[in-house]
This record gives sequence, structure tokens and C-alpha cells, in this order.
Amino acid sequence: MKIVACINHVPDTEAKIKIGTDGKTIDKTGVNFILNPYDEFAVEAALQLKEKMGGETIALTLGGDGHKEALRKTLAMGIDKAILLKDNSPRDSFSVAQALADELKKLSPDCIFFGKQSIDYYGEQMPGLVGELLGIPSVSAVVALNFEDKKITCEREIEGGREIVETSMPVAISAQKGLNEPRYPSLKGIMASKTKPIEEHQPANYPSVVDVVGLQKPSVKQAGKIVGAGADAVPELVRLLREEAKIL
Amino acid sequence: MKIIAFAEQREGKLKKSAFEVVTAGNNIAQRLGANLVSVIVGHNLESSAPALGEYGARRILLADHQRLRQYSTTAYAKVITEIVQREQATILLLPASQMGKDLAPRIAAKLSAGMAADCIALRVDGGKIIATRPVYAGKALADVKVISPIQVYTLRPNVFTAVPVKGTTGVVEKISCDVADADFTTRVTGIKVIEGRPDVTEASIVVSGGRGMKGPENFSLIEKLADTLGAAVGASRAVVDAGWRPHDEQVGQTGKTVAPTLYIACGISGAIQHLAGMSSSKYIVAINKDKDAPIFQVADYGIVGDVFEILPALTEELRKAVGT
Repeated sequence: MKIVACINHVPDTEAKIKIGTDGKTIDKTGVNFILNPYDEFAVEAALQLKEKMGGETIALTLGGDGHKEALRKTLAMGIDKAILLKDNSPRDSFSVAQALADELKKLSPDCIFFGKQSIDYYGEQMPGLVGELLGIPSVSAVVALNFEDKKITCEREIEGGREIVETSMPVAISAQKGLNEPRYPSLKGIMASKTKPIEEHQPANYPSVVDVVGLQKPSVKQAGKIVGAGADAVPELVRLLREEAKIL
Repeated sequence: MKIIAFAEQREGKLKKSAFEVVTAGNNIAQRLGANLVSVIVGHNLESSAPALGEYGARRILLADHQRLRQYSTTAYAKVITEIVQREQATILLLPASQMGKDLAPRIAAKLSAGMAADCIALRVDGGKIIATRPVYAGKALADVKVISPIQVYTLRPNVFTAVPVKGTTGVVEKISCDVADADFTTRVTGIKVIEGRPDVTEASIVVSGGRGMKGPENFSLIEKLADTLGAAVGASRAVVDAGWRPHDEQVGQTGKTVAPTLYIACGISGAIQHLAGMSSSKYIVAINKDKDAPIFQVADYGIVGDVFEILPALTEELRKAVGT
């Protein structure tokens, strides 16, 4: 079985975000980049599926040389090989999806895992876009998974419950927190990752369908009122909620 | 020019987001001089459909089929795509709900359409839509313009307020939809319902607890306050990771994004991961013993002090105020 985990390399959640001089992208100076946290669930799911069914695991990403760091981490976690679609130019989601789909067509995997979303652009689009471009089913925000031969049962979080979804391979699945506990790279894994291959390919270019017009810091909310201290402040809080905010 | 607003239903009942999406569509339609059409996909939809007309949908199309009663990513995507094509619509709006987020990219790919996800504002500038969406954990807002011939937008629930339009009604049309086995490569075979309180993403009030609650047993204080207000219970990542609360209650980066009218944060310090999930709430109340906690920076109203004293007092005071 061939299993691919599509991953991303993103600014650390704690990173201070400064808008770049173009007013459309962030200033990356001094920003620490990490393997996208949700993608750790995707990598873990790929590793677990290989442990159960056998086969090969591949990590795939699109980006600059910096992305190799994230790929190296997936190799340290136990992924067999990595592919970097090397492209430093800014792309929108659809253009990334098309480049990933081109590569995935060649790889022809049985199962493709994604993180639910990248914590930079928050699009949550990749599994659906790539699934559609490949003509295979997709299931997003999955919190439980069961493979039985070619039949797959997923649970995905919905408002007020969980949806049980049946599908079959090949399939694109995005992982939500709760699906598994990502393993830490072992020392042996880290050593081994240094000799595992990272292939570099040149992705085709696709025209943008979404333009970023501008990027701003959100208007800083005036720090609110400290109504008071302790339980004595409660009546005043309720009065404000009723009379000022008018929400009761 | 035609705009299609996808109105989500579950079990034949329209979601609150359906009215929000139709209202947002109506606002854009007026500015662009476009026609607004709403689409519902499911089964047995006649009774709920006319209500959308009161929010500005001129026509309400029912893609009604017994096999569409339960959600299917692939079948719903096919049905909606065909409607967009048949209607020659150029703008498609969906809610950024679990269904909308799952569905929209598949439709966008079928139509080679650009998509702006999880928008918190739409405006029209020079005849073009500019969508605003939070990025980088809400630390920046991106204004984006979709430049493909067909445009897809998903709208964050609870942010766009549904407003009825006086004296308008819509025409309900049942349309035939052609679905076959091959369209159901994913299918929902069941739903595990979590009984009780509303979901954090849908509730108009959310009461959340963090590490300051000191233990899972103390969440009864949060629950009592929530039940007094008919609110949802939320939780910070720390308490979900500690196993005190289930993951479906988690608000923040690895949990859910919420935008209720009132968010009450109890014993939550306000890490950036948490703020990413709740900072678009309309009013935020923070209760925390640490006066320097970052949550007070985003709160409209704060009380510094012990949650174990304040929560029972607040529950009692609100019980009097709302009369339950």
C-alpha cells in the first residue's frame, strides 16, 4: 500500500506577526517555522496505517528549502521518503492543490492524509480540492478511522455530534486533533532521517484565482473594563451586560 | 448576475447559518444589482423552504431526493455544482460550518473557481467583492479578491447577522436531481448525537472553563451557569488535553472557532491559541484571578478574582435577570 502525508511548514503559533513592506505578506525575519501542528496527526495516521497494512509512506510538500526542515521531521517520525515540490513563489490554495495533484497522480497512492488546516492561512481546502482534482473521495476533520480491507469508516466532528462516514480507497482524509497521539521522533529515528532521501521536483505553475489585496493587523480592541474584584462585582457586570451590551 | 446561497439543513430543518448566508447574499446582491437564489439540498424540504424568501432569496431551489436525506460530500458537491452551472451563477456562498467547509473546496475544484474560506466580512468595491478572513491565528486579517469567473465564499457562522427583509417572499421551485450510486463515494451512515447543550459553534452564548477551574469536578459550576443562559460549554486546550473535558468542547486553534454574542471565559489565561478561536465573539467577559492575564486584553468586561466565588454569584444574579 502506498500512503502519502501532505504537510506544510508554517510560522509557529507563538510567532509575532509583522506585515511585510508589500502590505500583502508577512515579514518572515526572525519568525520560527515548524511542521504544521495538524500535519503531525496526518503523519501519525500514515505511520499507523503502514503498521497495520504494510507498504510505503511518503511525505509531500510544496515550498522553498525551508520546507525540508518539516520533511526531515516527518522522516524522523518514521516516514520512509520525502518529496519537495520546490517553489518559493507565492501561490494560492488552488494552485498548490493542482501542483500536489500532479505529483499525486504520478504516485497513485491508496491513501492521502492531510492536516485539517494549515495554521497560517486557515483555508481547510486541501483534501477537498486535491480529492476532486484526482477524482477520489475526501473526508475532512476526521477524529476516528477504521480500515477494513478497502472499506473505510471515519468519524468526523460536526456541530453537536459526530458524523459516521463510509468511503473507500483511494481516498483523501484530513486529520483533526483527537484522531491519534503523534509520536515523538526517537533518537534512532532522528539519526535515520539524516540518510533518508528528500527528492526535489519542479512543480508546474498555475495561475492564481485568488489575489491578496492587503494584509492588516486586526484593530486592537480597547482593553475592556475591569468591572471589579471578586463576587461583589457581579451585580455591576450583569447590569452592564443588560444595559450597555443589551444581551440579556 | 446571479448569486447562489447554499442553505444548510439537517434532518429537514434549516440551520441558523442558512439565514445568515442568505442575508449576506442579499446584501451583496443589492450592491451588485444581482439576483439571489437559495439552494437547499436534502429530502422533505418543502416546509422549511419559504422562510428563506423572507430574508431576500427571490427563488428557493429544492434539490430534494430521498438519497440526499443524509449528507454526502461527493453527491452534494455534484448536485450544487450542476445547479451553479445550470443557473449560470457566478457567486456561490456557503456557511463555514463542518458541512460547508467539507463541501466548498470540492465544488470550487469542479468549477475551477477561486475560494475565500471562513470570511468574516464581505464588501463590494468597484463592482468586485473583497472578502476579509482571519489568518495566522487571527493575528492578521487578509483582504482577498477572487479573480476566477466563478467565485466561492464560505462565511464564518454567527458573524453575519440574519436580518429579515420587509415584505419579501421567494418562489419555491423543486428541481430534479440526478444522482446515482457512483455519486456516493462518501456517504454518511449515521450520526452520533451529543445530547444536551448546544454546540459551541452554534450557541449565541458560550461559557468556557480553563485550567483555573482546577479539576474536572468543578466544571459543574460552568455547566450551571451555561444552563441558566441556555449556553454551550466550552473548554481551553489545557483542560481538554488533561482529559477534563471532551474535545468537541475545545475552543481555539486545535479546537473550534466560535463567534457567539457573549463569550464568558472562566479561569482561562488567554493563550494565543485560545484567542484564535474566540476573539471574533461580540462580547467577551473574563473572570480570572490574575489581573495581568492576556484574556483581559480582549475582554469587554473583566472581573479579577476567584472563579469559585464569582461563578455561583454570577449564576444566581443571571438567574434573577433572565428569570429562569
